[in-house]
Amino acid sequence: MRVLTLDVNGDRQETAAPDHWTLLEVLRYKLGLTGSKQGCDKGDCGACTVLVDGKPVLSCLTLGAEAQGCAVQTIEGLRPAHLKRSATPEGTATGGIDPVQDAFDRCGALQCGFCQPGMMLSARALLDRSATPTREEIQKALSGNLCRCTGYTQIIEAVETAIAESTGGSSPRPSWVEDRKHLREEAL
Amino acid sequence: MAARDIHGVEAPWEDFRVVGKSHRKIDGVSKATGEAVYADDIQLQGMLHAKTLRSPHAHARIVSIDSSRALALPGVHAVITGADLSVQYGVIPWTPDETALATEKVRFIGDEVAAVAAVDEDTANAALELIEVEYEELHAFLDPRESLERDAPQIHTNRKENNVSKHVQLDFGDVDGAQESADLVVKGSYRFHGSTHAAIEPHCAVARVAPDGVLTLWSSTQISHYVHRALARVLEWEPQRIRVIQPCLGGAFGGKSDPFSLEFCVAKLAQITGRPVKMLWTREEVFYAHRGRHPMELDYTTSATEDGKITSVDAKILIDGGSYSSFGLVTTYYSGQLLSGPYDFPAYRFDSTRVFTNKPPCGPKRGHGSVQPRFAFECQLDEVAERLGIDPIEIRRKNFHGEHTKTVNGQRITSSGFMECLDKVERGSDWTERRGKLPRGRGLGVAGSMYISGTNYPIYPNEMPQAGIQLKADRSGLVTVFSGANDIGQGSSSVVRYLVAEELGMDHEDVRVIAADSDLCPVDLGAYSSRVTFMVGNATIDAARKLRAKIVTAVAEKWEVEEARVRLMEGRAIDLEDPEQVLSTREAIELAEARFDTLGATGSYNTPTLGGDYRGGSIGASPAYSFTAHVVEVDVDEETGRITVPKVWCAHDCGRALNPRLVAGQIEGSVYMGIAEALLEEHKVNRFGLHSGPSLLDYRLPTAIDTPDIETFIVESIDPEGPYGAKEAGEGPLHSAIPALANAIHDAVGIRLKELPFTPAKVLAALREKREREAGSGAATAMDSQGGLG
Repeated sequence: MRVLTLDVNGDRQETAAPDHWTLLEVLRYKLGLTGSKQGCDKGDCGACTVLVDGKPVLSCLTLGAEAQGCAVQTIEGLRPAHLKRSATPEGTATGGIDPVQDAFDRCGALQCGFCQPGMMLSARALLDRSATPTREEIQKALSGNLCRCTGYTQIIEAVETAIAESTGGSSPRPSWVEDRKHLREEAL
Repeated sequence: MAARDIHGVEAPWEDFRVVGKSHRKIDGVSKATGEAVYADDIQLQGMLHAKTLRSPHAHARIVSIDSSRALALPGVHAVITGADLSVQYGVIPWTPDETALATEKVRFIGDEVAAVAAVDEDTANAALELIEVEYEELHAFLDPRESLERDAPQIHTNRKENNVSKHVQLDFGDVDGAQESADLVVKGSYRFHGSTHAAIEPHCAVARVAPDGVLTLWSSTQISHYVHRALARVLEWEPQRIRVIQPCLGGAFGGKSDPFSLEFCVAKLAQITGRPVKMLWTREEVFYAHRGRHPMELDYTTSATEDGKITSVDAKILIDGGSYSSFGLVTTYYSGQLLSGPYDFPAYRFDSTRVFTNKPPCGPKRGHGSVQPRFAFECQLDEVAERLGIDPIEIRRKNFHGEHTKTVNGQRITSSGFMECLDKVERGSDWTERRGKLPRGRGLGVAGSMYISGTNYPIYPNEMPQAGIQLKADRSGLVTVFSGANDIGQGSSSVVRYLVAEELGMDHEDVRVIAADSDLCPVDLGAYSSRVTFMVGNATIDAARKLRAKIVTAVAEKWEVEEARVRLMEGRAIDLEDPEQVLSTREAIELAEARFDTLGATGSYNTPTLGGDYRGGSIGASPAYSFTAHVVEVDVDEETGRITVPKVWCAHDCGRALNPRLVAGQIEGSVYMGIAEALLEEHKVNRFGLHSGPSLLDYRLPTAIDTPDIETFIVESIDPEGPYGAKEAGEGPLHSAIPALANAIHDAVGIRLKELPFTPAKVLAALREKREREAGSGAATAMDSQGGLG
């Protein structure tokens, strides 16, 4: 057992865990921050991704002790819990919720949602590095996070939507949206 | 008898207010913020952790088990073996050949032998090392052909005297006659490999037995109801003393649709120890638990007329089932029964045999049992088109069976948007302009498919509803829906919310859904067979209409007007003839609560009687079928054999798209999964029965970089019996992705790959063979071994 002092989401947290426990285990089973997920426990899937000093890190390959002295941010820290999004279904974020989280929700990127805490943190880290990444840069930045539900399409759309909304650019228009609009116009 | 097809396809009030729009999902924010609770997020006071001891042998008799040393380890609370859970079960009630822990034999490497509950995982793992098991090894069957030919030793001794799991042979029309009189007969052998679901959430279950003797099981399952039944059977408990809850689920794709060993083990261990018990499988254990796509060897013969009309299809299929039955009875039927559309065959015959092998058990993966035959047939149809000089899209149009028709095997087809699907992908891919004109190594391929929206075969025979919904409304203005359906990420609870909001004219956020808790929710059979939107959707509309009637009656009485004048829309009750009369939904519900007492309503759904009049004729008979067409663009590097897919166009007919964004998500996820299993993934077991790469990296799950650009089209052929005309979208759009890819490879470099997955080695071998054939045919006269125009 080792006493750990961790800076998690801006809070100084003290806990004790066996020496070999990973940061993921400490977060989930000691601090109750279960938003970070375990999909493989060996660094393949990225569901455990957290930000350590702003960089995406696989918390299942990081010992809890290694994270001492660093600023750890988990999905719970991306959205201050006391702030709520707007009530309108089509509304955009009104403060509090991160634009990435909001775009993931609106764009359908959250199917089963299991890989998404890690995915959203990777996306957040990318957008913190670069305000207007290209499609290829987005794909590369998210390539350490496996998703089995979406085929990544709506995830990339969500990231591009978040970028467009923060830079005032135009949001992506998937083919099915264009197609349905076209059909409606024909029908009129 | 439960309600069915009585709701109509139109909006309750002229225009849809909620349905057809891309609203947020009911659980979107909780998933975005990490607050959603999945099974492994559940932590109970005093909870113990359990682990499983697994067989190191592919096939062996258990001579003895000694767990005394494990039990003596400090921190260990209980050890159980097969003797503690000896009742057999199986998701299909006719083939109960599994036990939670092996009783006499182990049948694959990874088969469960014992389970330990301890204070933590490390102690449980240490205890596993102390369990001594003596095995007597038996001959292991790893090749399905051997299982077909060799009867001893039997993998399951209580079965017929062989290693056959199921054999189905069905004949429709005169296949032999059609082949004799055909202008063209094409034969081919195809091989579909095994693949697995690889949901990112590993299986996890938590059990607790409360002091009042009620067992609660939280499990990452997509079939809560069948788990509930299996628990009662295996534990020999009365079902009313068992509560099954499915927490938020991290993906399933068919991989969580059997009752699994860990569910029984945690329940038994919780009962023995009096403490809550959790078991979380490792990724490696999930690979061995498998239940994934069956490997199949498929021999197809298709006959056609000179002008491209199919006259018969003849299939012989060998299915490698792995070590247990699972859904195998259904798989065997599906391998033949679901091929009979979207084309019209006058004659069809299939002969499918599923055998046991000593490998991880196969089961249903997205597109259960029908993805493999679809691959074979659509590749063969492409070859027919090529031989006859007909455009591959045109030949599919030519053979389309139409709407409101019956297939050769007696399946009733209602709506079909297949022709529109073909139009969309043809236009989207610029097929006419680009096909055949792309640079060398690049090609386009097309394929079509059909899939069920649920089946009228309820797994265990009964007269009760297949889907049930219960509503509660009160003066707060909140409507709560109790839904038995398993939301596995596809959004079934969201769909239920939209439908109730539509019927009651409410803001959808004022409808809350409690799902998949057997104490609270009516029975639904589970998230499989693409049945949920269709069946649960109909049950929801049924319940909501009953509640709406009460509210409308109460408001009409209050206003002293005809009920027809009262409408519920946009959060209000309005009088069509008097704009001054308006109530909020909350006030309207208050009136109804005063008029009718505590407000509730139930709704249910059962399929109509469907299917052909023969044994097995109801398996694969669905109240509605979805249709899909794909065009895949491919790049084949002739130097390295590497295939890349820059783009896929997929059009899917899902009936009315209740939420188009969720539909698009299902289509895109299906396309991704199909291309992935064709190019990268392989669930492969080596000559010892060991999995050759039980990790997401070695199994090669595609990343965002590996996934093609997907252009999605939604086709809405409004189905007369679907909820507002909706059909399925979750499984159909996987099927034709794979043959369209194969056909694109042929267009690109002139090789027909008939064995999946399409690895660089296979591409290079086929290219070499093609070069040799061409060199040979230059010298000799052109000969064609596979029939020809005659």
